[in-house]
Amino acid sequence: MNRPSIVWKLYIAAFYIFLFAPLLIVAIFAFNSSPFPSPPWRGFTLEWFTGSGAVFGKPGVLLDPIWLDSIGNSFKVAVPVALLAVLLGTVNAWVLERAEFRGKTVLAMMMLWPLVIPGVVLGISILAFFSRVANGLEEWLQTDLDFLRPGLPLVILGQLSFILTIATLIIAARLRKFDRSLEEAAFDLGASRARVLRTITLPFLSPALIGAGLVAMLMSFENFNTTLMLVGSEPPLPITMYGQMREGATPAINAVSLLLMLGVGGIASIFALTAKAER
Amino acid sequence: MTTKQASRIALYLLLAPAILWLGLLIVLPHVEILVLSFSERVAPRVYAFGVGNYLEFFTEPLYWRTFARTALMSIAVTALTLVLAFPIALYIARVAQRRLKAMLLLLCLLPFWVSELVRTLGWMMLLRETGVISYMLRTVGLADQPVELLYNDGAVILGLVYGGLLFMIVPLANALESLDPSVVEAGFDLGGSRWTVLRRIVIPHAMPGIVAGCIIVFMLTVGNFATPVLLGGKNGLWFTEQIYAQFITRFNWPQGAAFGMLLLLLSSAIVWLGLRLTGQSLGSTLKQA
Repeated sequence: MNRPSIVWKLYIAAFYIFLFAPLLIVAIFAFNSSPFPSPPWRGFTLEWFTGSGAVFGKPGVLLDPIWLDSIGNSFKVAVPVALLAVLLGTVNAWVLERAEFRGKTVLAMMMLWPLVIPGVVLGISILAFFSRVANGLEEWLQTDLDFLRPGLPLVILGQLSFILTIATLIIAARLRKFDRSLEEAAFDLGASRARVLRTITLPFLSPALIGAGLVAMLMSFENFNTTLMLVGSEPPLPITMYGQMREGATPAINAVSLLLMLGVGGIASIFALTAKAER
Repeated sequence: MTTKQASRIALYLLLAPAILWLGLLIVLPHVEILVLSFSERVAPRVYAFGVGNYLEFFTEPLYWRTFARTALMSIAVTALTLVLAFPIALYIARVAQRRLKAMLLLLCLLPFWVSELVRTLGWMMLLRETGVISYMLRTVGLADQPVELLYNDGAVILGLVYGGLLFMIVPLANALESLDPSVVEAGFDLGGSRWTVLRRIVIPHAMPGIVAGCIIVFMLTVGNFATPVLLGGKNGLWFTEQIYAQFITRFNWPQGAAFGMLLLLLSSAIVWLGLRLTGQSLGSTLKQA
């Protein structure tokens, strides 16, 4: 088995071409000087990035309020999701690795649930539940509670429901490797609990905290299924892309996709570097 | 206050985020759709307990056919993904050496860090009537008219297999990695053919990875929305689309909730069955991935 046949090698090569063909096509046609994202090739242009719309009638990504607003909305969701995921994920990791109580195995198993629930079902269940809560509270308080209706706050909660599992697992894995004698040594030397946490435990955890934050941000930015069910009038980027893809888009969508690929590539390489530092 | 009491309070404080999260975002919402799925509209704005939403599912052919189609196509996609991914995982785990191995695995990971919608856009640009493949076929003279390759089952399966490959390759490669080369060699020395060694030694050893990969790919496929809708068009007919239609388009939440419960049931049943058949736990399976 150690001498791979030529057929096997050809298959591997074909596989990697298959893997990258769609992404390459998307990237290449971001620069096509044509009003449609399709062949033939009509020459190189940056119009779909920086154009004002004078050439093709539609502006490029960086001047189009639709795209800019969507990117803004995505950040408005991704940043809180990442911060909450890291903060709450750290506490959860602590519970899993350090605390002793009855029912811990049950809780640990329940934390995995969100990963086996289809995203669409997570979305509708949260939508239905928070609508009921809003209906009840509004009747009682006699005010409108818009943040419980479809919109960015609900999208944040919906995404957090499963991203928190992933953040918890990443941080717990790091905490498990921690040598507790380091903490004990600090206690013996007279350090307070808060000081030990700040100078010993958190610095040890920091690669995992950064990693979990980046992964959370990435997953938030790319989530579609759950977001679709909870979105209001401010669509994040994947929702806008979906709408444009159904209606027929200009190559501006290729330009957005390329920017997204570059952003993701950047985040992924930071993540790979922190993961390396962890070892 | 004694230290015992203090540590109890500390424990409750530490548990609070997990309980709020699982309670408010997972358990209660699912109780809500379970209750909702058993409520029927008896008069405008008046609801009563009933199984009408589930009856509607079984009596309306469009609904249960879409459900069965989603389940069967997801099984087909999972099997196809396994067959396509196995040689790649085997190569990465057993043949490729240090640098090449790391690079091949990284190249596999890269496309999956990119949004599902970007990948689907790529396939749409390749497959549609005015797309790249159609254009190339005309340029080389294999077709004299534009060829529509989009909006059929083949395109949907292609997109779903593409989306599932990574989640198959990584657990497979992890499982194959731990196979002792001397065991394989012994198989050959004892006169086993390539096929026999593969079937009797390599595949049984990779079973945990195969199960983990299949479960994850099946879950992702059944719950997918964008790929079947965008690549299948009107012919996509995926069950998640029915849930969306009931909830968002028709505003018939009880019906949509019943569909959601059925999808959850299907997804969980397959996961449970897969784990049961191979005697593995959910935790260790998710760790494989």
